[in-house]
Amino acid sequence: MAYRHFEFIEKHVWTLGILTAIMVSIGGLAEITPLFIEANKVQPAEGVKPYDPLRLAGRDVYVREGCYLCHSQMIRALRFETERYGHYSTASESVYDRPFQWGSKRTGPDLARVGGKYSDAWQRVHLMAPREVVPQSNMPDYPWLSLALLDGKDIQARMRVLRMLGDPYSDADIKNAPKAVAGKTEMDALIAYLQGLGIDNEPQKPAAAPAAPASDGGAP
Amino acid sequence: MSTIETYDDKVVRLFLFASAVWGIIGMLVGMYLAAELAWPFWNLDVPFLTFSKLRPDHTFGVIFAFGGSALMGTCYYVVQRTGHTRLALPRLAEFTFWGWQLICVLAMVTMPLGMTQSKEYAEPEWFVDILIAIVWVSFGWVFFATLARRRIRHIYVANWYYGAFIIAVGLLHIVNNIAIPVSMTKSYPVYSGAVDAMVQWWYGHNAVAFFLTAGFLGMMYYFVPRQAQQPLWSYRFSIVNFWALISVYMWAGSHHLMYTALPDWVQSVGMAFSLVLLMPSWGSAANGLFTFNGSWHRLKDDPAAKFMVMALVFYAAATFEGSLMAVKTVNSLSHYTDWTIAHVHSGSLGWVAMITIGSLYAMAPRALGRPEMYSRKGMELHFWLHLIGTLFYVIAMWAAGVTEGMMWRATNPDGALTYSFLDSLIAIKPLYMFRWFGGVLIWLGMWVMAWNLWYTAADARKPIISPIPVPIPEPDVHQSPAPLPAHG
Repeated sequence: MAYRHFEFIEKHVWTLGILTAIMVSIGGLAEITPLFIEANKVQPAEGVKPYDPLRLAGRDVYVREGCYLCHSQMIRALRFETERYGHYSTASESVYDRPFQWGSKRTGPDLARVGGKYSDAWQRVHLMAPREVVPQSNMPDYPWLSLALLDGKDIQARMRVLRMLGDPYSDADIKNAPKAVAGKTEMDALIAYLQGLGIDNEPQKPAAAPAAPASDGGAP
Repeated sequence: MSTIETYDDKVVRLFLFASAVWGIIGMLVGMYLAAELAWPFWNLDVPFLTFSKLRPDHTFGVIFAFGGSALMGTCYYVVQRTGHTRLALPRLAEFTFWGWQLICVLAMVTMPLGMTQSKEYAEPEWFVDILIAIVWVSFGWVFFATLARRRIRHIYVANWYYGAFIIAVGLLHIVNNIAIPVSMTKSYPVYSGAVDAMVQWWYGHNAVAFFLTAGFLGMMYYFVPRQAQQPLWSYRFSIVNFWALISVYMWAGSHHLMYTALPDWVQSVGMAFSLVLLMPSWGSAANGLFTFNGSWHRLKDDPAAKFMVMALVFYAAATFEGSLMAVKTVNSLSHYTDWTIAHVHSGSLGWVAMITIGSLYAMAPRALGRPEMYSRKGMELHFWLHLIGTLFYVIAMWAAGVTEGMMWRATNPDGALTYSFLDSLIAIKPLYMFRWFGGVLIWLGMWVMAWNLWYTAADARKPIISPIPVPIPEPDVHQSPAPLPAHG
């Protein structure tokens, strides 16, 4: 009786455990391994560079404050999306995003290409008190960001870890980081990050002369 | 060997207590967040109360603190009963309790302070992740060591699900959280961009699969036959469903990333497997429901059974909805909207919370040495509060989600968009208020449960120190799964 084989599994705990582990591993291996292999092939889109120190700090503020819980950064390849937000997002645009910020819910609008759509002053007022500029908004205020100064040493430590993970920061980049963030607040950093989102890397722009291939990990 | 061996229920009682407390805390946070979305005043300009910083506390609090404590408690309870054996490594078991509570407190304190990886359902930073890994491995060790010393040769199916839950969650947690620390409070994941997205949603989806489904199915497969007082409708069917469920679920994660920058083939594979997944999901739901065949009258006077049946109905409904939402065309409407929130909550409030509450009501008197719960009326009240609250919540969010989806895609004949984003927010604001109200009802229900448990434990509150001995019945080693042990 064929069922005997199954009975064996049902009576032997280690067999059961190992078979379970194998069965749950297959799906992930099949889907993630090819992506890993492909990930090495995905080149950053033209204009996509590792975040400069100020924008890197701003990005980490964005992550820390949990903005991803209400704002996506992933324009889907659907007409009504591209109509509203601009060209659909591509994988080559988020190669330096650790962690990715594609999001899963839009209580507020998508931000993948929000850069340059509003002025710095508008962004500042909006982050301090959103209902001053959008009375119907239900976004929280983030006034404490304008009180916190950035720490240059901390940014350097972050850049070093990112370099270890493969982001092409040069020694000079890291050395000059404290200068770039000196006297800036977390608010300044966040605005710099937001204003850079989607800028310079929207595909299908009239192509400028391609920059020198930056495969040597040189200065970005 | 002493003449009468007893079950080791001390750690079970601790988890039972913790689960009731975390339920109230996790849902209080959820209720507060719902109020913030409806009335943004409630953010109060306090960083750690602000929606975006507090939300991980709700998800962690209900999934890992409330659900996790219930799962670990019932797991220790079930593995002893189905194997007619005492818990192996009781010290380590107690360590898993205190370890898990420490993790929950640490996570819920650090996340609102901004120590977050921003990976949904895996927000805690690296130092909490390491603790989680340690406690999880200990938990698995206790569980499998107890299984290994069982006195019935056949391993009852509930344990299969608990085992898969432990193995898969351990694997998911470790792979998804590999990161390089910058400082105590900040780390960067080794994955970036699209790969990070795939790994995260492989984790995120299967946290639902193995934490919120497989684990709770283990609970279901033990407590439903117990409460229906008859064997499972089909034992073999449950085994078939087991292998199908655990192997298919892991493929479906990419349905969280439809139409995104993820390669197209991964999206299509995710969709296909999500559709296949309906079969084992409905298989388990049907198996549980049919187990009540011939004892439906028990629903009249047993609120615990009522919770379980309603949980299975919601399980069937939510898994159907999930497969539907994984169809690309449907997903183009539902993704990013509150429909997702509706789906998650019909699964978590309908299925997970109800099967947990039903099982806690079934387990508590037995673990506390009482013939039954202190107040049946209290259980009845809890059932109706929870059910009506859940319906309020889910229906409001369905309506909100479909409204958003339709408004975002509406275009005029000339091709321009009909509505601004803000229009859609204004349209659903009243629904956010309904949702909050539903949450209040559910939260009140949790208080009723806590009150009921407190009085059920009246005799046992002292015995938490000197345990109530529940004797282990003499097993029949070759017992086939159908007849359940008569007592205990």
